[in-house]
Amino acid sequence: MAAPAERGRVSRLTRLLESENLLAATLLTPGVVILVLFIAYPFVMALWFSLTSIRVGDPGEFVGLANFTKAWNDTIFQTAFKNTVFYTFWATIFKLALGMWLALLLNRSFRFKRIIRASMLLPFIIPTVLSAFAWRWMFDPTFSVMNWVLFHSGLITDRLPFLSDGDWAMWCAVLVNTWRGMPFFAITLLAGLQTISPDLHEAAALDGANAWHRFWHVTWPLLIPVTLVVVVFSVIQTFSDFQLIYVLTGGGPANSTHLIATYAYQIGVASGLLGEGAALSLFMFPVLFAVVWVQLRFMKRMEGA
Amino acid sequence: MANVTIRNLNKNYENGFHAVKDVNLEIRDKEFMVLVGPSGCGKTTTLRMVAGLEEITSGEILIGSDVVNDLPPMDRNIAMVFQNYALYPHKSVYQNMAFGLQMRKYPKDEIEKRVREAADILGIGPLLERKPRQLSGGQRQRVAVGRAIVRHPEVFLFDEPLSNLDAQLRVQMRVELKRLHERLETTAIYVTHDQVEAMTLGDRVVVMKDGWVQQVGEPLELYGKPANKFVAGFIGSPAMNFVDVMISDAGGALWADAAGLRLKVPPHMVERVRAHAGERVTLGVRPEALHLANGSDQPDYSFATAVDVVEPLGNEILVNFRAGGAPMVARVDPAVRVKARQGIRVALDPERVHFFDEKSGAAI
Repeated sequence: MAAPAERGRVSRLTRLLESENLLAATLLTPGVVILVLFIAYPFVMALWFSLTSIRVGDPGEFVGLANFTKAWNDTIFQTAFKNTVFYTFWATIFKLALGMWLALLLNRSFRFKRIIRASMLLPFIIPTVLSAFAWRWMFDPTFSVMNWVLFHSGLITDRLPFLSDGDWAMWCAVLVNTWRGMPFFAITLLAGLQTISPDLHEAAALDGANAWHRFWHVTWPLLIPVTLVVVVFSVIQTFSDFQLIYVLTGGGPANSTHLIATYAYQIGVASGLLGEGAALSLFMFPVLFAVVWVQLRFMKRMEGA
Repeated sequence: MANVTIRNLNKNYENGFHAVKDVNLEIRDKEFMVLVGPSGCGKTTTLRMVAGLEEITSGEILIGSDVVNDLPPMDRNIAMVFQNYALYPHKSVYQNMAFGLQMRKYPKDEIEKRVREAADILGIGPLLERKPRQLSGGQRQRVAVGRAIVRHPEVFLFDEPLSNLDAQLRVQMRVELKRLHERLETTAIYVTHDQVEAMTLGDRVVVMKDGWVQQVGEPLELYGKPANKFVAGFIGSPAMNFVDVMISDAGGALWADAAGLRLKVPPHMVERVRAHAGERVTLGVRPEALHLANGSDQPDYSFATAVDVVEPLGNEILVNFRAGGAPMVARVDPAVRVKARQGIRVALDPERVHFFDEKSGAAI
């Protein structure tokens, strides 16, 4: 006679799930566990590490802000910080400008519209490590296809030092990041563009606005919220970028292209100085926090207006 | 001074759809011309070609005496009110109305003067600082009209401007638009699918179907003398009743016969209908040309039937029944009392009977 017992159990389970508090707890637990385990715990650990002299094989001791002051006075870190700002600033500017241009083009009606729009996303969906390797090959001092083309078309007589000169290498990184991130801008902005009713453009055309005026007075103001979201998203991603530089230059030549993330990795993991590495990586936090805060403020104002 | 002339206008879309076919219209200066028809009839495409928003496949459009085919919208001196208003959501009411003048580099005080003036006419003065989303549908509609009138254009174009409003507001705005037109005395082209709007607003009305102009005329002309079966059925509500009948010549008179129905062709129609003797034609009679027969009605113009459904509307009663194999409606005096399934005799006004060619649908 298992049936009544079975029924009793089922109804008890049902009754338990009827309780909103219990149901909420049940549904939230997996998410909370993941957040705590993989985000909160590492973050707190990093905070703690950054205040100690921990290194691989040595728990170290509490050293206060010594790691931070050391990093602050470290010329390589200063370069890495400047590089990160430079890299983020220019890459974002280019991604926004080119992404906007691309989005405006893709928003027109043309043959094979869907296929072309979808294929725009290719650079974005290829794993960064793979595409960065391909780019490194194209920038290679000996085998660079670009040098070959430029040389054989008579445009240059000396090889260009793509990755062997610090300034060149930084711009190359910006180029590759732009190439990789532009489709995301384009597709997101395109989605934004498609929410703008064509009637508005027609009304503006009748109102005497030329193409530029229509963009400036109609399209752009209506795209600002979307733009803001993708810019913030991109700034966060770019500012904390690691893979691209790691593969493309490894921070070289002579530590001239390190970003905060790659330098923190080199110190913390490659050199085993976990405490110093943690302190270095935490320098990203206030900047990213400020970016998000500004965005949230701005969004609130837009909604209120 | 602007009349609009449309000559042999055609629109072929790339997908092969022929939306507008050989349209010829002469819209007089200060006239309120309404284009009406079911969706897909080409009325909006025609309007958009006048606006310059749609390329002209062939034919000519003249505003005043100038061919405007190749002029961009902004150089045509027209203003348009869109179905969904198309107000700039990020601009205030004032900025929405001022934008067209700013783009045309009007001095600031002139813009201010014109916007205030338009706002006064439309009663939206207190709303000038608001954003479109803070306005009701009717207010947005007024702003959209305001944006058009500040420009003092030669021609107003309206693309179903009332269709997004609720029924009550639509009636109110209809009256306001008519008043506005009488005040501004500007040529207007107005597109709608609502025949009541067309009849009440238009000085003249163009009925379109499948890209063709079916008939152009004053509202009462369309109502009283429809050129074909389509116009007859489209104008008027409830729609005209149609019955397929056979014309026969018997005893010196012409008769229209259908199952259970034998009506004499009225004397004034005989001459025209005679050519169709022995053929099938469509007889049309409006619900208001039907009444319940009394002693004074001639049997030649009445028939027996049974009530199907009664719709009492207060000011009138619609009596539904079948005759000659077709459903029919009579609009009768509200004092009449009839019930479903009751046998009745219905008489028609012989002066108001229409005949249409069965194949072409053209009025006989």
